Amino acid sequence: MSDQPGRAIVEIENISKHFGTGAARVDALRDVDLTVRAGEVVALLGPSGSGKTTLLNIIGCIIDPSAGRLTLDQERVFDDGWLRRDLRRLRLDKIGFIFQFHNLLPFLDAKDNVALVLKMAGKSPAQARQRAIELLDYLEVGHRRDAMPALLSGGEAQRVAIARALANTPRIILADEPTAALDSKRAGIVMDLLRKLAEEQDACIIAVTHDEKIYDRFDTLFHLRDGRLER
Amino acid sequence: MNLAYRDVRHNLFRFVLTCLGLSLLMAVVLAMIGIYNGLVADALNIVKAPKVDLWVVESGTQGPFAEASQIPADTRDAVARLHGVTAAGSITYQTIEAPFRGETLRLYVIGYQPGYPGGPETIAEGRGLERSHFEIIADRKTGLVVGDRLRLGRDRFTVVGLVEDTMNSGGDPAVFITLRDAQQLQTQLAPPAQRVLMARGDGNGPSAQSTVAAVIARLDPGANPDSVAQTVRRWKHLGALTQADQEAILLQSVVDRAKRQIGLFLGILLSVSAVVIALIIYTMTMEKLKQIATLKLIGAPDRTIVGLIVQQSVALGVVGWAFGLILILLIKDGFPRRVVLEPVNAAALGAIVLGVCILASGLGVRAALKVDPATAIGG
Ligand SMILES: Nc1ncnc2c1ncn2[C@@H]1O[C@H](COP(=O)(O)OP(=O)(O)OP(=O)(O)O)[C@@H](O)[C@H]1O
Ligand SMILES: [Mg+2]
Repeated sequence: MSDQPGRAIVEIENISKHFGTGAARVDALRDVDLTVRAGEVVALLGPSGSGKTTLLNIIGCIIDPSAGRLTLDQERVFDDGWLRRDLRRLRLDKIGFIFQFHNLLPFLDAKDNVALVLKMAGKSPAQARQRAIELLDYLEVGHRRDAMPALLSGGEAQRVAIARALANTPRIILADEPTAALDSKRAGIVMDLLRKLAEEQDACIIAVTHDEKIYDRFDTLFHLRDGRLER
Repeated sequence: MNLAYRDVRHNLFRFVLTCLGLSLLMAVVLAMIGIYNGLVADALNIVKAPKVDLWVVESGTQGPFAEASQIPADTRDAVARLHGVTAAGSITYQTIEAPFRGETLRLYVIGYQPGYPGGPETIAEGRGLERSHFEIIADRKTGLVVGDRLRLGRDRFTVVGLVEDTMNSGGDPAVFITLRDAQQLQTQLAPPAQRVLMARGDGNGPSAQSTVAAVIARLDPGANPDSVAQTVRRWKHLGALTQADQEAILLQSVVDRAKRQIGLFLGILLSVSAVVIALIIYTMTMEKLKQIATLKLIGAPDRTIVGLIVQQSVALGVVGWAFGLILILLIKDGFPRRVVLEPVNAAALGAIVLGVCILASGLGVRAALKVDPATAIGG
């Protein structure tokens, strides 16, 4: 990759987010500033309701911030309003999501779940299939490539979902409790993998976690409390 | 990889079950259309059977089907002499009940003069009438076979031939006998009081022996039926209807109510089908909202999502329609009355179903496009 290490991938400036108005108003995020650089693996910690998922969703361009600026991979995408219309294309190209529950499409087998995002990004069916199988092998679930998601174990499904998140070599990987469904050994494997990815692909990883056992795997721990970020 | 197809394959059993349900509904709709067509076809059958151009009837009536008509039997000769008329025949129609092997047959008796217009066009089995008395040609639906003997009025008749698809608008199968026999039968079956008058020969009512219901005439290809009808109308006591008039009257007066009845029911059935289809498709989409949110989250463009929904609903409609069509074609001959399905009917229903499917998927698409990708994360 041509990027020099340390280049900012996610830049959040003064981001606020509230839901509802008047008495029902909830300030989920208040003036959050955060920069994550290529190669970094960071954690968002905080009590329930502190705004972790909200922040992740904003970085993933899934929900609109109420105010502030968001820059992804050197491109300003939000400045008191979205600057890009095709947010889905942005997600397809630059962002990979990993969830607590795998969210694989139940009607596609493991390899096609991965191949789908490759095809949507413009790969030929043969290329997509090839790369999907490589990724699954890399994540050590290659032997389950023809299985339907319902028949995969939690750990297998999670790794297939990770393969899908990585398929288009995203710059940003967002993970909401990626290891909550896994035992500590598998959680460790997943964390190793994410770290390896960040290093090899100059990507950054932002993970929400409650899992104290893996805190030492992160470069930085950010704490959210009542919508405010504390390092 | 086609997502719609993959999803269907994954839930194949459910999809097939839904299609089956839909196809039953389609079969009912098609049956209704077929019954309706059958009704119209049957009604016109009797009118079309003699293959004539002109119906001479009692003046002021729209006989002999929609209203009773009685004209003198010798009218035939006068009509036959008219310029442009190539052939004319007297004809009578009456519905009677005849006992046969312990059952009662309801028969539509057509009396005609062999050798003149009015007889059956093609005999499916046996032969035509050859003797002037006591022979009968019956529609196959009567259940009679060649050689059967049955009593009509006071006389015993022998079945000499069979025809097909000849029945009146009420669904009663037709039988053909000679005009003479028919006139006799009419006298025998008339109410007693009238019979006495007829026997005395001085009643005001004309004797059945000397009257017929109508005279039918074939015209020169060059002759104008309307102008011939005009000529006949100038005669005393006589009216005339062209074949086109007669068909229109029959459709209007005899079939119209049944037609509207079935038509309205068909309309309700179609509306119910539309609602059911819409509901199925909408629910199908609703169940997939979470998957659709996931698709959006991982960057699927709208056309992928729209394609998934629309293709599935169209597949559902097409398969349901096709199954329904096959089903009705398999069972339609089991109906007691004729079920007539024209390709255009099936095509029209197909078009309607397709339209409903696309409209219904429009509802689903709306919901799908509104769904927030954040719901995929669910937490
Ligand atoms: N769509 C929404 N509408 C209204 N309020 C919301 C919405 N989403 C989140 N909130 C509120 O915003 C606050 C932050 O929510 P968020 O989901 O970010 O918390 P979290 O840190 O992820 O919590 P947890 O650890 O329980 O997942 C909470 O008070 C929540 O109730
Ligand atoms: Mg959360």
